[in-house]
Amino acid sequence: MSRLPQPEQGRSLWQDAWRRLRRNRAALVAMIVLGALVALVIVGPWFAPWSYDYIDFDGDWGAAPSLSGSHWFGTDSLGRDLFARTLQGGRISLLVGFVATLVSLLIGVTWGAVAGYYGGRIDNVMMRIVDILYAMPFMFFVILLMVLFGHHLVLIFVAIGAVNWLDMARIVRGQTLSLRQKEFVAAAVTSGLGSGAIIRHHIVPNLLGVVVVYATLTIPQVILVESFLSFLGLGVQEPATSWGMLVNDGAREMEATPWALIFPAAFLATTLFCFNFIGDGLRDALDPKDR
Amino acid sequence: MLRYAFIRLLSAIPALLILITLTFFMMRAAPGGPFDRERDVSPEVRAKLEQAYHLDESLWKQYGRYLTALSQGDLGPSFKYGDRSVNELIAVGFPVSLKIGGLAMLLALLLGGALGIVAALKQNGVIDYGVMTLAMVGISIPNYVFAPLAILLFAVTLGWLPAGGWNDGALSNLVLPVLALAAPQVAYIARLMRGSMIEVLHAPYIRTARAKGLSERVVILRHALRPALLPVLSYLGPASAGIITGSVVIEQIFGIPGIGRYFVTAALNRDYTVVMGVVIFYGVLVILFNFLVDLLYGVLDPRARPQ
Repeated sequence: MSRLPQPEQGRSLWQDAWRRLRRNRAALVAMIVLGALVALVIVGPWFAPWSYDYIDFDGDWGAAPSLSGSHWFGTDSLGRDLFARTLQGGRISLLVGFVATLVSLLIGVTWGAVAGYYGGRIDNVMMRIVDILYAMPFMFFVILLMVLFGHHLVLIFVAIGAVNWLDMARIVRGQTLSLRQKEFVAAAVTSGLGSGAIIRHHIVPNLLGVVVVYATLTIPQVILVESFLSFLGLGVQEPATSWGMLVNDGAREMEATPWALIFPAAFLATTLFCFNFIGDGLRDALDPKDR
Repeated sequence: MLRYAFIRLLSAIPALLILITLTFFMMRAAPGGPFDRERDVSPEVRAKLEQAYHLDESLWKQYGRYLTALSQGDLGPSFKYGDRSVNELIAVGFPVSLKIGGLAMLLALLLGGALGIVAALKQNGVIDYGVMTLAMVGISIPNYVFAPLAILLFAVTLGWLPAGGWNDGALSNLVLPVLALAAPQVAYIARLMRGSMIEVLHAPYIRTARAKGLSERVVILRHALRPALLPVLSYLGPASAGIITGSVVIEQIFGIPGIGRYFVTAALNRDYTVVMGVVIFYGVLVILFNFLVDLLYGVLDPRARPQ
């Protein structure tokens, strides 16, 4: 008796992408480093010997880093432990990175998918608005918002997210335009599904690849914007801190305590570096052009 | 072409109006005013001041007054810098900002373009990986991190260059700020240039050009460069915006008397007219720049020309 032919095991888009991503050594290393960094930032403060806002009156103010003492990264000019502050700053920077990216994704995907799906005049008007907004010096708006309405964490999320969705909207619209021509959308239309449901259940899931790639590249941009604001003194408020703020404080005292600049700057740069590498790797892995 | 240019220019008007209106009402919606100081001003003086600057009128009336003055190119008086008008402040500060920003843009284009082309020609070679790693570093290190680190190295430790100051734009005072401002843009342009160059070099007409026996130099410079420049060109709009916002911190770090430095202090002081002036001025600049880039795009790429 002949055995039945085994069904061919298909590989999904995501399995394919994962396979390619693993072969990209730079992206892989970046993922490991970033994973370690995120874990350190999340878990580290519980194990750090000092709290980020505690002023160590017994130690030297602006003490140099030493592995034998308890201030591994040294202390800042106010005598606060830099290791604890760097990790605490990382929490805020990463939190802003993720949440503000989420905000920009929500706006961008909705805007782009709606414009692309309906097409015609609606598309025209919506994309003209994006064009107009695109030409504006948006950073100034964010600065203004922060200066005028105080530095609240939620406001930072919203302000940065509300500024960063334009690229996302454009990319999503382009993809939606081609998805709309596909048979499965026609099938959904003929079976009487409403437009909203089609966008939610048929268009958006098929956009995930692009969205994931672009989100990975948006996170470092958002962290940059946050640190830019913090650098101008418009970010979170003392004693809470973020990497941008630590860099700013460190830069002011760099002749006396250069480590206060170098450690947070290294953490910030490494994080951005990793995100960019992962984003690049993901784009290569998910881009159908390269297959 | 001329008609297209005209229509494009017209469409910049709503963008400008939105920009002006948003900034105006955002400023006014914020708590506080330009005459809040630590020391209380007597109500009579305050009333006089507000009357002098028309702050006692209704918001819409002020808005109308501002637009009328603006249409004649008058950005109004500064609230904080005593007797100076915003036009004067910008006229003094802009040449300085332009010098740094222009040099940074030029450096970004030339260096970024050259690096990108070299990397593309040596694709997957040592030089390619070197350039791309360097570009990744450039993108990942924000210029306000780069600037203090550069000061620490070149000014404090080595003592080769001054740590800041303007000194009438002497060359040694320009090096660090221009480098800091250009670094991320060099990196972006190098990446864009490499990508588009690689794509163009795979095109059939390049194979034809090579098959004709043209020298590699001619193939690259005459046939490949022009189409490969298009993505770089469309990036110039965002690049100019990036350099302008970058100048806000760079001018602050290096103590350079440009316009960027005024912006944050003015917003903190609720110096309405200075903030409006800077935003409008830079907004016009960015919009104008995008417009020029669009036109240039049509010149370089016949397919993009409006029918």
